[in-house]
Amino acid sequence: MRFLPAQEFMETKTIKNNEQSTSKTIRISGSEAVVRSLMAEGVDVLYGYPGGAIMPVYDELYKFQNEIHHVLTRHEQGATHAAQGYARISGKVGVAMATSGPGATNLITGIADAQIDSTPMVCITGQVGSHLLGSDAFQETDIVGISTPVTKWNHQVTKASEIPEVIAKAFYIAKSGRPGPVLIDITKDAQFEEFDFKYEKCTGIRSYKPIPETDPNTLQAAADLINNAKKPLVVWGQGVILGEAEAEFKAVIEKAGLPSAWTILGASAIPSTHPLNVGMVGMHGNYAPNVLTNECDVLIAIGMRFDDRVTGNLASYAKQAKVIHFEIDPAEVDKNVKTDVAVLGNSKDTLAAILPLLKENSHTEWHQKFKDLYQIEFDKVIKDDLHPTKDGLTMGEVLKEINAQTKGEAAIVTDVGQHQMIACRYADFNVSKSNITSGGLGTMGFALPAAIGAKMGAPERDVVMIAGDGGYQMTIQELGTIFQTKVPVKIVVLNNNFLGMVRQWQQLFFDRRYASTEMENPDFVAIAKGYHINAKSVSKREDLANAVKEMMETEGPYFLEVMVEKEDNVFPMIPTGASVSDVRLE
Amino acid sequence: MSENKLYTVSIYTENNIGLLNRISAIFQRRHINIESINSSISEIENVSKWTIVVKLTEDQMKKIIGQIEKQVEVIKAYYHTEEETIYQESCLFKIKSDLLFEERQIQNIIKESNARIVTVNKEFFVLEKSGRRSEIELLHRELSAFGILQFTRSGRIAVTKTPMEITKMLEAFNY
Repeated sequence: MRFLPAQEFMETKTIKNNEQSTSKTIRISGSEAVVRSLMAEGVDVLYGYPGGAIMPVYDELYKFQNEIHHVLTRHEQGATHAAQGYARISGKVGVAMATSGPGATNLITGIADAQIDSTPMVCITGQVGSHLLGSDAFQETDIVGISTPVTKWNHQVTKASEIPEVIAKAFYIAKSGRPGPVLIDITKDAQFEEFDFKYEKCTGIRSYKPIPETDPNTLQAAADLINNAKKPLVVWGQGVILGEAEAEFKAVIEKAGLPSAWTILGASAIPSTHPLNVGMVGMHGNYAPNVLTNECDVLIAIGMRFDDRVTGNLASYAKQAKVIHFEIDPAEVDKNVKTDVAVLGNSKDTLAAILPLLKENSHTEWHQKFKDLYQIEFDKVIKDDLHPTKDGLTMGEVLKEINAQTKGEAAIVTDVGQHQMIACRYADFNVSKSNITSGGLGTMGFALPAAIGAKMGAPERDVVMIAGDGGYQMTIQELGTIFQTKVPVKIVVLNNNFLGMVRQWQQLFFDRRYASTEMENPDFVAIAKGYHINAKSVSKREDLANAVKEMMETEGPYFLEVMVEKEDNVFPMIPTGASVSDVRLE
Repeated sequence: MSENKLYTVSIYTENNIGLLNRISAIFQRRHINIESINSSISEIENVSKWTIVVKLTEDQMKKIIGQIEKQVEVIKAYYHTEEETIYQESCLFKIKSDLLFEERQIQNIIKESNARIVTVNKEFFVLEKSGRRSEIELLHRELSAFGILQFTRSGRIAVTKTPMEITKMLEAFNY
């Protein structure tokens, strides 16, 4: 395989893939059909790792390398996270490829992550020849069985002639409705077999209804509740972004004057600075929206699923409020929180439809409550996080510096743990699709490969990856992918030599017994330099601004390690089992 | 919240390898035991029907129906209580033929239970009985006293008293 430097990669991206004509039939192998089908779906880049059972497809990728760019990650898990990063920033379907057996099982973490975070992804795995299925052949594993609970759909192909239809279905299912991952397993004989290829996009499946019908009565009922509310609160999630409903959402909250809070995956749908944006809800969310969840009279949930990290104890969650749920997935309605009105449908359509039914309002007094509580949070938490007076560097001030240098327009790709919560709390998100993180699954090791995919999915945007010293080392080998593709991601590791979030819990709930959370770390700068990536480490406040500036101004990838205070905690915090209104500030 | 009840779940699906895994995983993940499961063709051509019996609360049942219907290859899923369905189970007994002649009581049991003799040969005969679980259990108890060579009981099959809207739904789908 030829490896393209960044410049050349960007150029190949601009070559428009020839959409395959649907009428013409050509006689080709199953493996060529895989590549042609991907191209017909508009795939310009995919992530993967070759091996025995997928070699025929790789042979075709070699032939088509000027039309479709394959990125060799250093581990199949990295391929899935890169595909996720690509999908999350571009809204397109991410594609990952692997061989059978261990190649396929290594995809599982990323697939599970995409499933719980509703990320459109198509994974293609090679499989042993169909005559060997079930014989415990070399590198045979039942990947369809293994991936069933974590895929939106999966399918095993044993005949070449099935390939175009199955791939068309895979893309349709992955992207439509509530998106999710799809896995297609293709036996090696099906890859070699020749057949008459013709591609037709999938436009519908009779057993699958991606978007439920919206009952107009529910829209009116929801509008009545909102119009009569004295203390309304919106909690929005990724459904706004996945539905590309940012403009409709903004119009709705502005017209009705609705204070609006976000779940982690909903972040960036409207800018952080928007006056109606009252911050993040949940375990480490902002004080005001958490406390006032238990004071609002109408709770308007939009494209979110009431995850336990958002709701805290359900028995004392918004019990006083009428609940409206705008949702595309009927199975989410009443799953965790009983709703009074469920508005089913795509957020873009339902929000546009409710807008004319809403009365203009400002709720000035109610807004003041959010401001008052923000002030309390600022004095007790935010001030020391962002403007510390102690010696050690805080994670928050690193974020403040990144905001300043990127004008809040960068896509922030985070891993899992303390740095993730701090990044979500303090990063300025002025552009939609800017918070790329593993929310539902909490996959450490997500950030580095996801950042690669994100930068390739939006080459015009700055992509800043932030990870802790723990998660970074879970997929650190992807530095090799960055080196080889020259993809210009900015890598920030906030190093406290601890698995910080676990340590925080040990401190608070396990009497400071720091079981297996302290880390002896390698020389991260030397490792980055080993991959010929520009690198620096800072541990003093006076060096931070310049280091971040240098990172952002450097062309190409850059690694910045910031040594932060060893035992800082993330607050506010809702302890497990507590109510959202019992959020702790210290 | 509410008490556990027996529900009959009827699932109309495409006939696809692996769907059993997908559906049973929905129950397994929530630590719910499947009491019985049956798969067959349905009244609609090329549509399979699953009949699953589970014991749980109605709240749980509703959520699980949502999860089942969410599966791409599931066309529609319904749940019904005992009262809303007509249901049967079927069973087979294999019994030594000698007993048929030596134990007059057996002949009475067969007659009274409305069981049917499927086959008889010199060594054994096979008895078939369809009905409610309690009828089958009673027959099993009665015949156990004489010795049963083999016994098997099917999963529940059921039809509902009210019509299922599935046919209309499929007609609405434009190919």
